[in-house]
Amino acid sequence: MNLNPLPDGDAELAPLAPAATLVAVTASPHAHGGGSVARVMQRVMLALTPATLFGLWLFGWPAINLFVLTIGGCLLAERICQRQMGHKSSLGDGSAVLTGWLLALSLPPWAPGWIAVLGGFIAIVIGKQVFGGLGQNLFNPAMVARVALLVSFPVVMTQWVVPQPLFSTEAPGFIDSLRITLQGPELPDAIASASLLGHTKTELSRGVELTHALAAGPAALFDWAGLRSGSLGETGALLLLVGGLYLLATGVIRWHIPAAVLAGIALPALIAHAADPERYLSAPQHLLSGAAILGAFFIATDYVTSPNTGRGQLIFGFGTGLITWIIRSWGGYPEGMAFAVLLMNAMTPVIDRYCKPRILGRQTNGQALEPKLIDNTGGA
Amino acid sequence: MLIAVISLTTLGVVLGTLLGLASRHFRVEGNPVVAEVESLMPGSNCGQCGFPGCAGAAAAIVNGNAQPTCCPPGGKALAQAVAARLGLSLDLSTVADAGPQLAMVAEEICIGCCRCIKSCPSDAILGGAKQIHNVLREACNGCASCIERCPTGAIGLKPVPVTLQNWVWPNPTSA
Amino acid sequence: MGIFDKIFRQLGRGEPWGVHPDEHKRPASEAPIRTLPVPPLLYIPFSQHVGAAAEPIVHVGQKVLKGECLAVAKGTISAPVHASTSGEIIAIGPITAPHPSGLEIMAITLRSDMEDRWLPLEAIVDPLAAAPEVLARQVADAGIVGLGGATFPASVKLGLGRRSGIKTLILNGSECEPYLSCDDRLMRERADGVIRGAVLMRHATGAREVRIGIEDNKPEAIVAMRAAAAGVADVSICVVPARYPMGSDRQLIIELTGIEVPAEARAADVGVLVHNVGTAHAIHQAIDLGRPLVSRVMTLNGAALRQPGNYEVLIGTVVDDLIAFSGGMRNTPARLVMGGPMMGQVLPSPLVPVVKGCSGILALSAEEVAQGEPGPCIRCGSCTKACPVGLLPLEMNARIAAGALDGAVGLGLHDCIGCGCCAYVCPSHIPLVQAFNHAKGELAAQARIRQRNEATRKLAQARTERLEREAREKAEAAARRAAERKAQKARDAASAAPEQANSEGAPA
Repeated sequence: MNLNPLPDGDAELAPLAPAATLVAVTASPHAHGGGSVARVMQRVMLALTPATLFGLWLFGWPAINLFVLTIGGCLLAERICQRQMGHKSSLGDGSAVLTGWLLALSLPPWAPGWIAVLGGFIAIVIGKQVFGGLGQNLFNPAMVARVALLVSFPVVMTQWVVPQPLFSTEAPGFIDSLRITLQGPELPDAIASASLLGHTKTELSRGVELTHALAAGPAALFDWAGLRSGSLGETGALLLLVGGLYLLATGVIRWHIPAAVLAGIALPALIAHAADPERYLSAPQHLLSGAAILGAFFIATDYVTSPNTGRGQLIFGFGTGLITWIIRSWGGYPEGMAFAVLLMNAMTPVIDRYCKPRILGRQTNGQALEPKLIDNTGGA
Repeated sequence: MLIAVISLTTLGVVLGTLLGLASRHFRVEGNPVVAEVESLMPGSNCGQCGFPGCAGAAAAIVNGNAQPTCCPPGGKALAQAVAARLGLSLDLSTVADAGPQLAMVAEEICIGCCRCIKSCPSDAILGGAKQIHNVLREACNGCASCIERCPTGAIGLKPVPVTLQNWVWPNPTSA
Repeated sequence: MGIFDKIFRQLGRGEPWGVHPDEHKRPASEAPIRTLPVPPLLYIPFSQHVGAAAEPIVHVGQKVLKGECLAVAKGTISAPVHASTSGEIIAIGPITAPHPSGLEIMAITLRSDMEDRWLPLEAIVDPLAAAPEVLARQVADAGIVGLGGATFPASVKLGLGRRSGIKTLILNGSECEPYLSCDDRLMRERADGVIRGAVLMRHATGAREVRIGIEDNKPEAIVAMRAAAAGVADVSICVVPARYPMGSDRQLIIELTGIEVPAEARAADVGVLVHNVGTAHAIHQAIDLGRPLVSRVMTLNGAALRQPGNYEVLIGTVVDDLIAFSGGMRNTPARLVMGGPMMGQVLPSPLVPVVKGCSGILALSAEEVAQGEPGPCIRCGSCTKACPVGLLPLEMNARIAAGALDGAVGLGLHDCIGCGCCAYVCPSHIPLVQAFNHAKGELAAQARIRQRNEATRKLAQARTERLEREAREKAEAAARRAAERKAQKARDAASAAPEQANSEGAPA
């Protein structure tokens, strides 16, 4: 615009005319913090990487095949669903990859390939897309798939192997691994094993006392460094803990859920173990077994299916931990994290309803506060 | 056998008495919901819904013979209020609600015949014989009763002009 | 004690609210305030404040002096507007409003005579001895409104403070919005004027003390204000942590006094009044110099500008003129914003005038705006964590998207202050603030329709009653007339009979 548009005559005294080309009507704010869904997912994957690499090394090629197939199954299912529903593809945000990743970590490392692909489809189709896709699902997709597989194929889902690190002499080569992946493992007794929780459950149900059961069990039953049997995401518990702390430090998750889950497992374990060490495992054994760490930091903390407020998250987390311990100690399954997470997922809407944050200027019940006059009679 | 008969009979008698008492005790005159819905209606009895006045429309809506969306002057707001009161689910996309409307007089065609003035249910039109009429914005609810009365077609409904005071942010498309 | 006090307060409040956006205050905040030369044309809207629009008292062709009143306040909540410079009124009519809608607003077009001659000004001599009402009157006549952006008429607030017996006057110098530094510059360069304004306001409201809250990211302003306030009784400078939205009334009151203003109540109800530091300076000018509000300091900033800085701008200057004077644009901005980036309004075009509540003009590049494609909510809870009021923005947005506005109200929609923290942190780029604005506007529209329907129903009832009464009266009148006729007839008959008798009996 010319700085001096005004002529002397009255003819062109037109006031500022309405703008011909309006910009899009957009509300504030006109700045953004820079976060994105993809970045959140990437951080979680980064946090999972050390423990995953350790698990893949520990169980060799069959585990690597399983890992790739699970994620591939999830991606394929996501793509098919989104095409069928006419949605824009959102594979790039990484949520499907993460679902597959978490599912793979919760499977027996030598599980056959069809388990992986089927699990991926269950997770994405039944666990997520039927609810309307990302952000709409009530239950954690990876856990839906794990539970569905566990209930449908209990034998395949509880076949554990002795660690056979990659490049060690007894480990199967890539070709052998393809046979395992395609046909499923035919486990000779030498490598068939049991996880700590599974072994404990079996022995206790036979009436064997815990100290005897543990002494008589497989050698690699419990090992602080993680050189033991279990699912991919079970053995590297300490590495998972490191990843979880990274998530806490970067603000991807808050401390409430992990702390509450671990407390929910550890507190009853402490009490029960103190009361009857022949029937109940100790708290460290509980915390480093099964999916305790994975669940506390990576699964129960799933944004979509957990409560939104700190208070709600504490309730949710403690409930998850407590149910996990109850199932482990008294239930029919050796591990209960997946069931516990799903049960608490179902509680999430209720928890969210009753754990709303207090609105500024209101009491927790929504009533306005009573005005309290400022008292500065004493001077400034 | 006997015990069963006696106990069931006693139960029947007691519950029957309770029901009878309750029906007498909590009896209501007429249908209060109709009155309540009627109080939500614009009340100008313009007849655009096809029912005799707002009371008729309220009764029809309560009895399920009409949709809560049948009232053009009430628009979306009324439909929502009524649906909320009656616990109906509402498909607002079917409401042809062009927003609030106002009657406007085209001054060059108006002949000052006063017919519209007589037809206006809320006395929103001003003017005298042989003088151009005008509509009081505050009093007009856009019921359109006046429109067909005008012999020259000088009255029409126009949406209430959008100003800075009543402008509403558009709904962001994201769900 | 202090530390424990703070910890307990923090625990009581839960997690820290708000966000820490990139400040972008430099280099604009480091250059002194420059005065913009008088532009050839000024467009002065009637309504630059909350409340009723002012009513023009000038006519086209009239010559006015700087500071002359152009439109007077109408009603209790309103403010007059004044000529920003001397010149001639050449038009009174609609122009594009400085508002995202791009709708029209009534304004007076003033052609400057380039002399910038002031009207003879009437200051109040010894204002601290004058009655508070006199000061409030002077502030009202000067057309001063809240310069922080709320644009509530300042005198109304002063009167409210006096009536409700406020004890503490808070001056808001936090300037928590990124990019803006006009209050910072004002406090650095004109600290004496601000403090003087604070003293006058304390007198006008009867407050016991004044606390001036300044964010700790403005050390120079804190030093300058401390120096100016030294020796002034009961005026204290309080340093508050830099965090957005510290400058929001309720947040600042909590930070400075520890008191939480109840919902649906005003700050005055707890004995506190909050004013912006710019308002204090304007009040000082109005009372001590007699100057009405015809100019203000505002920030020009954003990556699209060649020379960001702070300028003293006449009210009614066209944004385009302002930008041209400052050195023009580097490139076309992605967004032109009036106010700060967190709560400012996007401008429909640069051809709109600046108004009293305009604290800055930002020409933001696309990178600065960082608008993303909205995605689905992943319920991450960032918005809940950031909300300074303790709302659940994600839940409110879900209700609004589903058309359940009442549900959103139940979750506290009306407690939302529109600060934009939620949308700022949202990883899915959901336009939460716009959804809330939309819902608030829609609810207001529905309330207006309900109100109108209520009014027309009353009118319709009155009309029905009138028609019935008229009909009744007509019927009664008809009945009366009929009765009269009957009586007449009877009388006639009665009088006719003797006549007849007479006539009969009369001798032929």
